[in-house]
Amino acid sequence: MTPLARNPKFARIAAPLMVGVLVIVVWHALVTLLKVPQYLVPGPVSVARTLVTDWGLLSSSLLVTLKITFLAFACAVVLGTTIAFLFVQSRWIEVSFFPYAVLMQVTPVVAIAPLIIIWVKNPTIALTICATLVALFPIISNTTLGLRSVNPGLLSLFRMNRATRMQTLLRLRIPSALPYFFGGLRISSGLALIGAVVAEFVAGTGGTGAGLAYQILQAGFQLNIPRLFAALLLITVTGVLLFALMVWLSRLFLGTWHDSEMVQEG
Amino acid sequence: MNATALPEQLAAEAPPGIPVVQALAAEKVYPNGTRALDPVDLSIRAGEFVTLLGPSGCGKSTLLKMVAGLLQPSYGRLRWWGGGFDEVRGEGRRLDFVFQDATLMPWARVDRNVRLPLDLAGVAPGAAQPRVDSALDLVGLKGFGRHYPRELSGGMQMRVSIARALVNEPDLLLMDEPFGALDEITRNRLDADLIRLWWARKLTVIFVTHSIYEAVFLSTRVVVMAARPGRVFREVVIDEPHPRTDAFRVTQSFARYCRELTELLMEASAAGDTSA
Ligand SMILES: Nc1ncnc2c1ncn2[C@@H]1O[C@H](COP(=O)(O)OP(=O)(O)O)[C@@H](O)[C@H]1O
Ligand SMILES: [Mg+2]
Repeated sequence: MTPLARNPKFARIAAPLMVGVLVIVVWHALVTLLKVPQYLVPGPVSVARTLVTDWGLLSSSLLVTLKITFLAFACAVVLGTTIAFLFVQSRWIEVSFFPYAVLMQVTPVVAIAPLIIIWVKNPTIALTICATLVALFPIISNTTLGLRSVNPGLLSLFRMNRATRMQTLLRLRIPSALPYFFGGLRISSGLALIGAVVAEFVAGTGGTGAGLAYQILQAGFQLNIPRLFAALLLITVTGVLLFALMVWLSRLFLGTWHDSEMVQEG
Repeated sequence: MNATALPEQLAAEAPPGIPVVQALAAEKVYPNGTRALDPVDLSIRAGEFVTLLGPSGCGKSTLLKMVAGLLQPSYGRLRWWGGGFDEVRGEGRRLDFVFQDATLMPWARVDRNVRLPLDLAGVAPGAAQPRVDSALDLVGLKGFGRHYPRELSGGMQMRVSIARALVNEPDLLLMDEPFGALDEITRNRLDADLIRLWWARKLTVIFVTHSIYEAVFLSTRVVVMAARPGRVFREVVIDEPHPRTDAFRVTQSFARYCRELTELLMEASAAGDTSA
């Protein structure tokens, strides 16, 4: 075949793209041939049209969801790393508090979201708290693991050179933890988005604070299925872009030295 | 005995009465009850190249870690330059350790890895760089400072690890099977380089290996150890002139020493528990 097809970089982008195009074509063909009504499954063309005509509504909702997602993600990163640093300070702290971190992780956010929404008046803050709770755990567990995953030989070396606690932390523990940390970021960024959407569903906030989840709910009630699909599409694309952003970030920081994707791909 | 094999000036430098390291009935029982080492008496003088030779599990690493101050003996004690571990610092009394694997920081370039001991000691980067360069030069890695460890072969990574130990200008160098993971050809080459370094820098080296050939080629003295329980079995002085080159490997006396050590190791394992 052409040499371009053998280029692995090209293949990595082109192959999934072709699958995507194929799916859209098949989708379009099925919807048109079988004459599926709009209110059941809209075709790709009508979804695209809705995306354009309803862009004003959808984009402002997208911004709301994005705001919650990024706020929650930032909170999860700051809180998660702080907690991880506390955990590695002493086994006692970790042993005492880790079960509660797990408890928080296994409690479904839909179950506690109503409480948080009742307790916290400001909807943005309430939603951010819910999404943070969802996104927090991978950061805690990965960073804790990373800070502990130090080459014992290097640790002995630091000890023999009479390194201070601070030197060991900055020069050894933190760099050793980075690959794990970035693995945590990847999982957590997706969870922040999921958390934001789930919390919006529970809150059902309309008006100016309406996120994409609210648009989906509304579109469902009104049987405006093309708009539902359009909102859904926006959420999915956001998730993919977030993931790509995290991959790019981790390449940026680890690409030069780390056998990237080594940790946390499984 | 083997004083003739040592550099003249070394014998003059260190008062003969004060050994660099002494183990006085030092023994080790790990907290889990494993008896790693029966009481060991060992005395190492300045300028010696002493090899600890024995099967795995005979306590070589345990002994070396006690010498490095990384482990406390359960009973008995160790002396450094006639005193406690506090004697190990400052001019003429530095100690460094080379591990079995290179233990480099993968995120740091070669020169940053080599500079680490100086960084930790608070030496300014400007003052450190010439020392890093000369250490890399010593191990034959001139011009590799800007590489990342993963870009180097296993043998080269080991050289970086040795350069990192040399950058502090150690007087006592402890090496725990440093070339054990390398192929034999690479290992022989690094052995030859190491012995040149030892000779040129007037180092005192304690070297752990389970290779008889390596022990004979490098050492002024071989300490043969036995397992179950780990203990010192016998000492053999390798009374051959220095600096040695690869030509030594094909001599009659090299073969004779290898044979002697082989027999001692067999005797040692027969003397111990025979469950192996
Ligand atoms: N941290 C440890 N805890 C318990 N037992 C250990 C520990 N380190 C080594 N040992 C045991 O002590 C014995 C000697 O080990 P080691 O000094 O590593 O031997 P060598 O380096 O000669 O192979 C072995 O039986 C080993 O299993
Ligand atoms: Mg060992």
